Amino acid sequence: MPQLLKDKRVIDDAWTLVDTDSQSLPDGDILLTYSQWQTFSKQLESHSGQIGVVIEGDAEIEDIIEPLLKLPLIAINFPKFADGRGFSLATLLRERYNFNGEIRAVGGFMRDQLYLLSRCGFNAFKFSEDTDLSEAAKSLEDFSETYQVSADQEKPLFRRR
Amino acid sequence: MYRYDNYDHKIVNERVEQFRDQTQRYLAGEIADEEFLPLRLQNGLYVQRLAPMLRIAVPYGMLSSAQVRKLAHISRVYDKGYVHFTTRQNIQLNWPALEEVPDILAELAEVEMHAIQTSGNCIRNTTTDQFAGVAKDEIEDPRPWCELIRQWSTLHPEFAFLPRKFKIAVCGSNEDRAAFLLHDIGLQLVKNDDGELGFEVFVGGGLGRTPIIGSSIRKFLPKQHLLSYLDAILRVYNRFGNRDNKYKARIKILVKAWTPEVFAQRVEEEWEHIKDGPSTLTDSEFARVKSFFPLPEYKVIDGADSANKLAATADSNIAFSRWLDRNTELQKQSGYRSVTLSLKPAGVAPGDVTDKQLETIADLADRYSFGELRATHNQNVVLTDVIESDLFELWQQAKESGLATPNIGTINDMICCPGGDYCSLANAKSIPVAEAIQRKFSDLDYVYDLGDLELNISGCMNACGHHHIGHIGILGVDKKGKEWYQIQLGGSANKNASLGKVLGPSLSRDQITDGIEKLLDVYVENRIADESFLNTYQRIGIEKFKERVYAPAT
Repeated sequence: MPQLLKDKRVIDDAWTLVDTDSQSLPDGDILLTYSQWQTFSKQLESHSGQIGVVIEGDAEIEDIIEPLLKLPLIAINFPKFADGRGFSLATLLRERYNFNGEIRAVGGFMRDQLYLLSRCGFNAFKFSEDTDLSEAAKSLEDFSETYQVSADQEKPLFRRR
Repeated sequence: MYRYDNYDHKIVNERVEQFRDQTQRYLAGEIADEEFLPLRLQNGLYVQRLAPMLRIAVPYGMLSSAQVRKLAHISRVYDKGYVHFTTRQNIQLNWPALEEVPDILAELAEVEMHAIQTSGNCIRNTTTDQFAGVAKDEIEDPRPWCELIRQWSTLHPEFAFLPRKFKIAVCGSNEDRAAFLLHDIGLQLVKNDDGELGFEVFVGGGLGRTPIIGSSIRKFLPKQHLLSYLDAILRVYNRFGNRDNKYKARIKILVKAWTPEVFAQRVEEEWEHIKDGPSTLTDSEFARVKSFFPLPEYKVIDGADSANKLAATADSNIAFSRWLDRNTELQKQSGYRSVTLSLKPAGVAPGDVTDKQLETIADLADRYSFGELRATHNQNVVLTDVIESDLFELWQQAKESGLATPNIGTINDMICCPGGDYCSLANAKSIPVAEAIQRKFSDLDYVYDLGDLELNISGCMNACGHHHIGHIGILGVDKKGKEWYQIQLGGSANKNASLGKVLGPSLSRDQITDGIEKLLDVYVENRIADESFLNTYQRIGIEKFKERVYAPAT
């Protein structure tokens, strides 16, 4: 079974990413794009597994997020590691919309971004299959102190020092 | 100046170790070039034409003598014995070895310095007035605010991968000496009708390919809301700034596309959600940070008596008198002056200093100015608090080390980027042009007669040499593999900031100094009384300059 890094641990990844051109839904826990989620809305009502949605960096989440907040998993796609929009989207999900489910980074992010991604609220990371996940997990611990407020830190340093 | 506590030390030390690990993994082939690129850039490391270049942060230009001695040591041990002061009040090493960069960073951390976010698409070093804290026209000392911004922006988790680089400047005085209207965010400290301190917020200024003067998006932001408001601006930019085209990715393009009004509205909407949250600054934090910038322990001096004695010394020594006129400024404290050490002697790349000179600068700071100094965006060094009766002695010592060229604010005090000699982006060399101009205009009487004149040179349209805001701007361009130079006139970075206008077709390297001379002739012939070059240009317009420069040879 494929694996991923979640809550600082390497675990089995039971979720199936639905193919872009798929005409039907696979069984089990499935991850769909936002447009697939709209297209399959009828079938999803009777789906037995869990459902998660992948959103893109340019998502106007203010307009679409309300129904997604009930899902157990929202994934944010990084078309490339230099595209930092996902950092803001995860922050908004945690801080503004109080989303408590899994926020999963998918796509082109990289290991050396893990610490910052986790501070913004990502708690799961789907790397390419050949990645040594326990090695990559070390980058989650790059820093032990931080100046700003973030999804994992309610008080800025100036309120703690 | 600000001193690190255990928290600051810890963060900077952990950054050193993070980068050491990244460098080792890169050298071991575990990180691809394209992935290492942003990692090294966020630590100020470029790979340049000849060698890597390491840009070291000098937060808002403040340095202690101990830091300067450490820089001298680093330049000697890890580099070729000189460093370069940049237009962002930072310092660059031109020849470090990649594998030694982690050791350099560790040495810097010992003296509370780093290279964090000196490059890359992230929030860069915040800059301000080199006379902060001592300027006579100051509304409020901007340095504590710059320090608060430094801490907020350092390793900010949300804004490390912006569409493009992001620069913030703070102005605390009536005169603008920080070019704050030409920054992604420009903050002007202001007081409202009730005497409360806050900021007027400008966004979308910048140089580069599309020079734009910043627009005001908020007339008064109460000071305690500074950080949450910055978060709101950055979040809007991070989400909606252009990421497809590098040349359209700066915030200025978004502000222009949306209009400043719409941009302001989006920021206000975002801010409504986070305003009054935990990032709201507290009185105790204001007090804590402000306590690092106390007034120095000035001696009480009879100002009139001191001024008389200084005038007498100046009367008996013309060289000292010239230096006193050009390189020193009155400051708030009676009997004290701010001294600018010129890093622009003829024959040296503007802003370059040797390890030995750095040590002299540190000694002068210890001896005459409370052990502190400032890097300026004009690529010079300032000692802010010198007793007038020490000036003659200081001048003699500075002169011996080549740091007393009496040219501050003149045509020879050029801003100049490293250009084609070092930079892989450059279209043309800039240092030899600066040198040729300095050699051509070496007659001090003529240079002083020209008065205040800002001449800025960039080797390409990325505008690191700020050519758009020089009274005379020179831009290097590449035409079929040959270096040519475009002249712009009438730029200015003061409160009434203006961008230069292109004079006409580019000139070759051979023609450029003669072209400048013709411009100066037109000025001298047309000026009224003691009118400056800029004012004469603004009054008579560009035509007369153009006619003269492009007149057929007779």
